[in-house]
Amino acid sequence: MDWTALELSLRLAGWTVAILLPVSILFGRFLAFRQFRGKAVVEALVMLPLVLPPTVLGFYLLVTFGRNSPIGQLWQDLFGSQLVFSFTGLVIASVIFNLPFAIQPAQRGFQAIPAELREAASCCGMSPLRALWKVELPLAWPGVVTAMVLTFAHTLGEFGIVLMVGGSIPGETRTIAISIYDRVQAFDTDSAAIMSAVLVAISVSTIAVTFALSARIGKRLS
Amino acid sequence: MPLRLGRRFLLAAVSSLTLGAAPAWARGDAPLVAAASDLQFAVEDIAAAFEAKTGMRVRLATGSTGNFARQIREGAPFEIFMAADEQFIADLYADGFTRDAGDMYAIGRLVIMVPHGADLAPDAELDHLAEMLAAGQITHFAIANPDHAPYGMRAREALQARGLWEALQPALVQGENVSQAAAFALSGNAEGGIVAWSLALAPQLAGRGDYALIDAELHSPLRQRMALLKNAGPVAEAFYAYLMAPTAREIMARYGFALPEE
Repeated sequence: MDWTALELSLRLAGWTVAILLPVSILFGRFLAFRQFRGKAVVEALVMLPLVLPPTVLGFYLLVTFGRNSPIGQLWQDLFGSQLVFSFTGLVIASVIFNLPFAIQPAQRGFQAIPAELREAASCCGMSPLRALWKVELPLAWPGVVTAMVLTFAHTLGEFGIVLMVGGSIPGETRTIAISIYDRVQAFDTDSAAIMSAVLVAISVSTIAVTFALSARIGKRLS
Repeated sequence: MPLRLGRRFLLAAVSSLTLGAAPAWARGDAPLVAAASDLQFAVEDIAAAFEAKTGMRVRLATGSTGNFARQIREGAPFEIFMAADEQFIADLYADGFTRDAGDMYAIGRLVIMVPHGADLAPDAELDHLAEMLAAGQITHFAIANPDHAPYGMRAREALQARGLWEALQPALVQGENVSQAAAFALSGNAEGGIVAWSLALAPQLAGRGDYALIDAELHSPLRQRMALLKNAGPVAEAFYAYLMAPTAREIMARYGFALPEE
């Protein structure tokens, strides 16, 4: 059992969730309530990472963030470290890769709120922020939590993209999914089996939580 | 109070971040060693002996030599590179990535390895492989990727030297590195494969299959060289010196790694 890899994966998933939580709420709400020209295109773009092969995304990130790219060079000048083969690089890749998981369920959650309720809130003189906190989030939270649970679990399982931009550096980019792959190559089937079981347990609980919460979206109103 | 669960979730998420959140440089992490896959088991033993003796730790990553060379060019933070083929070290040295031309640490050897009870019998000249191939009895045969893994390149040379390369194409299964090729070869789903002798000698593989050393005349020698990279620190230097010292040489010898003068 590679505890460093599990810890690293949890840390990666934690950062991804922390960064995507506000994105999920604000962007999910925006897409749920606003109608604008080109909305379908924006929604399609958000969904793109869902259908793109992870290696394709990994390849483009490698090209975009690599040492010889303008962005990679700028980062190097600003922070003195590089993005590819670093934990920071993994977090960026993971945030992009999880956009559909973070935004879609939250959007559904906000969409389930009846327009009358939101109108009532604004008639009562609530500021948009207060309405978000007191009226919308109490109703939309199952969608937001579903989004975060999916993001968390999905990050733990990420493989192709991590292999492309992360390599397999212990304690830096060797996540639990990569570690399983490594252990199988090293004929260490026992470790691979334990780590796989851990991931199965996490995935099963994710699905359970997601299903339970999806059932609650909009239920409070009836 | 519906938000309570949300808050608790947030709290859990945030607290998971603090888990070992100190960046690598602040933890004073052990130096990273990139080792060719044929060293998988040998270098683990050497690192353990090194730690027992000096109390200093290194972190190991094993993989295909060609992949590591590419990653080093892209700035991967390795401090020592143990390549399975000295050409990769020479190229990195020429482009200023290594501190010096490095040292040769072993000559690697290929074996043909088959799982227990396989129809294919391993032999030095690959005669039985040729025979079974002609009879259409080879469905899967594993080698390492010949584009970037040195053992894959040499396996291709050996198969070409015996005139089997073309005929074997439909049956060829390629591992990303030689260790994966060994896993494929011994999985029971292939008739066998060409892998590193050092892996065949490892206790982890003992009893899983039979092997025969392939005639070294069939391929160009696998001259394995290692070098300190430009960013190597004192611990990496100590480990490098240890790799050249008698204890490490003995461990290497156990895995079939010898230098020409040994």
